[in-house]
Amino acid sequence: MAFTAFSSQAAVEQAPRKRSFIALVLLLPGIAYLLLFFLAPLISLVITSFQAPDLYGDIGDYVTAFRWENYTDAIGEYWPLILRAFGFAVVATVLALVISYPIAYFIGVKARRWPLLQSLMLTLVIAPFFISFLLRTLAWKQIMSDEGPIVQFLKSVAILPSDGHLTGTTFSVIFGLTYNFIPFMTLPLYATLERLDVRYLEAGADLYASPWTTFRKVTIPLSMPGIVSGTLLTFIPAAGDYINASRDFLGSTSTAMVGNAIEANFLVLQNYPAAAALSIVLMAVILVIVGLYVRRAGTEDLI
Amino acid sequence: MSGVTPARGLDEAMFDAGPASGSPSRPGRRIRFRGLGLPIYTVLALLFLLIPIAYTFVFSFNDSGKLNIAWQGFTFDKWTSVCSVQGLCESFGNSIIVGLTATVLATALGTLIAIALVRYRFKARSAISLLLFLPMATPEVVLGAGLAAQFLTLGTEKGLLTIILAHTMFCISFVVVTVKARVASLDPALEEAGRDLYGSPSQVFWRITFPLLLPGIAAAALLSFALSFDDFIITNFNSGSVDTFPKFIYIAAARGIPAQVNVIASAVFLLALVLVVVAQVSRAARAKRLAKLLP
Repeated sequence: MAFTAFSSQAAVEQAPRKRSFIALVLLLPGIAYLLLFFLAPLISLVITSFQAPDLYGDIGDYVTAFRWENYTDAIGEYWPLILRAFGFAVVATVLALVISYPIAYFIGVKARRWPLLQSLMLTLVIAPFFISFLLRTLAWKQIMSDEGPIVQFLKSVAILPSDGHLTGTTFSVIFGLTYNFIPFMTLPLYATLERLDVRYLEAGADLYASPWTTFRKVTIPLSMPGIVSGTLLTFIPAAGDYINASRDFLGSTSTAMVGNAIEANFLVLQNYPAAAALSIVLMAVILVIVGLYVRRAGTEDLI
Repeated sequence: MSGVTPARGLDEAMFDAGPASGSPSRPGRRIRFRGLGLPIYTVLALLFLLIPIAYTFVFSFNDSGKLNIAWQGFTFDKWTSVCSVQGLCESFGNSIIVGLTATVLATALGTLIAIALVRYRFKARSAISLLLFLPMATPEVVLGAGLAAQFLTLGTEKGLLTIILAHTMFCISFVVVTVKARVASLDPALEEAGRDLYGSPSQVFWRITFPLLLPGIAAAALLSFALSFDDFIITNFNSGSVDTFPKFIYIAAARGIPAQVNVIASAVFLLALVLVVVAQVSRAARAKRLAKLLP
């Protein structure tokens, strides 16, 4: 497919042909793997999303068709879950950005004089990666449970009504999403802020910009690449997540996101076309949002 | 919990914009207070990140029955009876097998791609970059459902092999990104010198290129293993009846997690922490040695 480009280039001169041949050998195994196990599955997902139930088969048997209603049915049934997924993901991304930026700023700019402190703090930022994602989320569920200290305290100061809960609410799901993705936000922010030249900030102050103006007009634009990759690394997995919103973790049936519907339709109800249609909708919306966002933020080379 | 207000830290970040911004007329005590806001916020935020880890660790010593929710007293028993929970150690072993295999495959395939992307010019570059970027921009639930749909169409039996195939797929792009940075920082003159000294292409690769790339390759391999070991969403779609450690937790979550799960997670956490600290300390020591050698 993509490799036809090599032949035309190779015909021009002797040396590049040999080099293109080496490039082809280096690329072929990995690219073939991605075509087989990434691109082909996406295509089978599209095919599955149009399948119709097999009239003569069991539950879970489908035949290839062009059943457009799979999409309208799935969106008609699950549109609140789709909206909730993107709403939760946007809120969690903004919260993670606001919480992470000062952390990254301190580690990347202020702590430069102490490299040991810098590496210790970075280790603490990535420490949650070393313990299972599911277990961290379950730990929050126990901490926020009705018998837990936080609910007891909130009830005693009457912030929470005596029959109130924290788990299974919109709050706990967004809380879990924010918590779980803070490291994904902090690391790219740190990577750009670490290279920030503080002389630009001094120049801003010398030109009588207030600290707020310097921050808004110098620091933020210079850290834009980190902001873009951090928000993408948070937003994309958060929109598709179904652990935090799951009943057994921090959610309840009233907080279900589109990921929960995809899982239930595929693995429990064996309604593969509905799950596939919802997956395609989720991916399409994410690609549109990411495309617009990346273009607006002006960072083109992501890899 | 998130009682630390981020606005305060941000405020500090702005006010501390540069050393030149501190006007001498400001009273000394106030300046010192200002300077402390950001470090205090950062320490509190880092402690907040550690809360669930501390919780998991403490509850690995809980003298609990089947359910590990309320604190029942301190015991070492769970640490010595890890495998007494049915299926737990088997799932952990599966996670190790999957993690190691997927890491080796993804690191090999991704490293070759990274070398090609930096060293060679070819017309399909943008298409290949897109193909490498897309798996990272696709939510895991879509990757998982897509592979599951493909295995369903092909009639492939789900099991350890399908989990490994899935994990290798999502690790490749991360390996490429990590190793690419290392290849780009490599001075081609070193390899030219090797060729000038009549080194064969394989000698040049194994004696010069590979050792220089090794830190990047090692980082990519560690990242792959961590991603694979902790993956649940894609595994859930492609594992059939085989359990990995995260899948064991997911299934157990419905009826209550035994404390032995906390034991394994805490042990893995401590091992990873030791590895990272050792790596950092040895890097700092090497930097110091190098600094001594230079005048």
